Amino acid sequence: MSPDATMTTTAIEKPGGPTALRHDPGAVRGPRRRPGRLRTLGLPYLLLLPALVLELLVHLVPMLIGIVMSFKELTQFFIRDWGTAPWAGLDNYAVSVDFHAPVGEALLNSFLTTCLFTLLSVGLCWLIGTAAAVFMQETFRGRGVLRALFLVPYALPVYAAVITWAFMFQRDNGLINHVLHDQLGLTDSPPFWLIGENSFVTLLVVSVWKGWPFAFLIVMAGLQNIPREIYEAAALDGAGVWQQIRRITLPSLRPVNQVLVLVLFLWTFNDFNTPFVLFGRAAPEAADLVSLHIYQSSFQTWNFGTGSAMSVLLLLFLLVVTGVYLTVTSRGRKSADA
Amino acid sequence: MPSHSRPAPRSPMAAPRSFLWSRAVFLTLLTGFVLLPVYVMVSSSLKPLADVSGKFQWIPSELTLTPYRDIWKTVPLADYFVNSLVVAGSATVCSVVIAVFAAYAVSRYAFRGKRVFTVTVLSTQMFPGILFLLPLFLIYVNIGNATGIALFGSRGGLILTYMTFSLPFSIWMLIGYFDSVPRDLDEAAKVDGCGPLGALFRVIVPAAVPGIVAVAVYAFMTAWGEVLFASVMTNDTTRTLAVGLQGYAGQNDVYWNQVMAASLVVSVPVVAGFLLLQRYLVTGLTAGAVK
Repeated sequence: MSPDATMTTTAIEKPGGPTALRHDPGAVRGPRRRPGRLRTLGLPYLLLLPALVLELLVHLVPMLIGIVMSFKELTQFFIRDWGTAPWAGLDNYAVSVDFHAPVGEALLNSFLTTCLFTLLSVGLCWLIGTAAAVFMQETFRGRGVLRALFLVPYALPVYAAVITWAFMFQRDNGLINHVLHDQLGLTDSPPFWLIGENSFVTLLVVSVWKGWPFAFLIVMAGLQNIPREIYEAAALDGAGVWQQIRRITLPSLRPVNQVLVLVLFLWTFNDFNTPFVLFGRAAPEAADLVSLHIYQSSFQTWNFGTGSAMSVLLLLFLLVVTGVYLTVTSRGRKSADA
Repeated sequence: MPSHSRPAPRSPMAAPRSFLWSRAVFLTLLTGFVLLPVYVMVSSSLKPLADVSGKFQWIPSELTLTPYRDIWKTVPLADYFVNSLVVAGSATVCSVVIAVFAAYAVSRYAFRGKRVFTVTVLSTQMFPGILFLLPLFLIYVNIGNATGIALFGSRGGLILTYMTFSLPFSIWMLIGYFDSVPRDLDEAAKVDGCGPLGALFRVIVPAAVPGIVAVAVYAFMTAWGEVLFASVMTNDTTRTLAVGLQGYAGQNDVYWNQVMAASLVVSVPVVAGFLLLQRYLVTGLTAGAVK
């Protein structure tokens, strides 16, 4: 899937749905006994109509408007009547990617931070989730309780969980410094966790805590589709547990992993909630994830034009990564199957 | 429909020591990691303010329920609660109904544009929320100016927005679930005189209840926990818990015991609901998403 292809299909094919529909309701109300061609043709579109309208209204139209906005000089004076904002050409983009000027430099820094953060967070979430699911494949006493317990971070509302972590990472009255400094004596003075360099570690810990149960859930579901007979045959051939995991379990999870890693990547890269609740509106530089960065720079300066340009750049990046990822992993899968 | 809700056991052979030890160590550490914030949340919510303002204490010096009384006064938590309930509840009901119709169409009918529809809907999942936050903000403000329908700052605008958040995943999961309901069943219902909708509601929906429950749980959790749009699109009267909870930290000193008590109170409904229904989510995922 190339970014361009998605864009054009979105723009061209979509309006075809609703237009086609306008002819159909009559057909649906037509004589009941004689299911006409039109009726059977129109019904699926009618069923899709609500979903289509919503997706158009809340996702696709705003996205197109966002792209238009990125070419406008949309400062606070034009918010009420943004149609009158003058065109800015590529100015907003030029500002965003001028890495020698403050705006571009900050965006680049935020982007690189987000990349590193995403890489580490997705890796750890996947690793912990898979290990837990594989270890819990076989029944043992207390497995059901443990499984429910492991899903708690996933079920907790983000803000409730993250605000608790924020409390734990407080410098003077938090649990982390109490353990590290007071009880273990590892540091000379209690470090700050929510400002400065350490905030990256803080963000990573919270993100992994919150994110790994999703990997666990998906891998657990994936494990259920592995036929039992394969394990039995392997056991007959004398393969031990570790070998079974390496030779059967992990390879069987490949299709599941393809989707799981992609979803984790997109969610983590776009994560806004965690840094927002953890640090407030302005995140420290070391933990300035790109979503929060765009939000902050848009609503601080009320320059929606530049904010939109940054968002479009972000979307393009995600489309390219997703496209490359799907191409590479699908090819790898095909050649492995052959 | 998948009825096996437990994983296939690996082998009848006894597991070696190395495996059992690694498992015990790993799962113990992980349990500690998972439980630590839960313990902090529960224990701190029962502490007097002095305990949470000074050095952290593993054991509360005394247990008190006053934070649970005070949380309702420090900020209008009850109002936020009602707002969250109304918004998340309405968004869930609407999005589940819409997803059922859409998934039925994709699962049971061949039509032009089917692939475009599924790909487009799924790909909206990858858009950064920030990308359509700004335009949606403008659209809602301008619709309000032009028609007088207040979408910006109202519950209605938030409901409309949240409905679409869970929609792609819900449709995707329900397609898989509906596909696993044998077609013979709805064909038979049609022969018996049911219309297409009759077949949907009398045959397919009852057979897919676990999937629908799973989707509803997911939709509710998504709406209940959303922060970004709630922080921009609500005002003092429509504020939801996601934003309202930060009100405890507004002043110079933070009432951490109240923050923890309030966090616990807003978490209980979703966590309880999720844990009760989680096995449907796993079955739903097995049938739908993971294939």
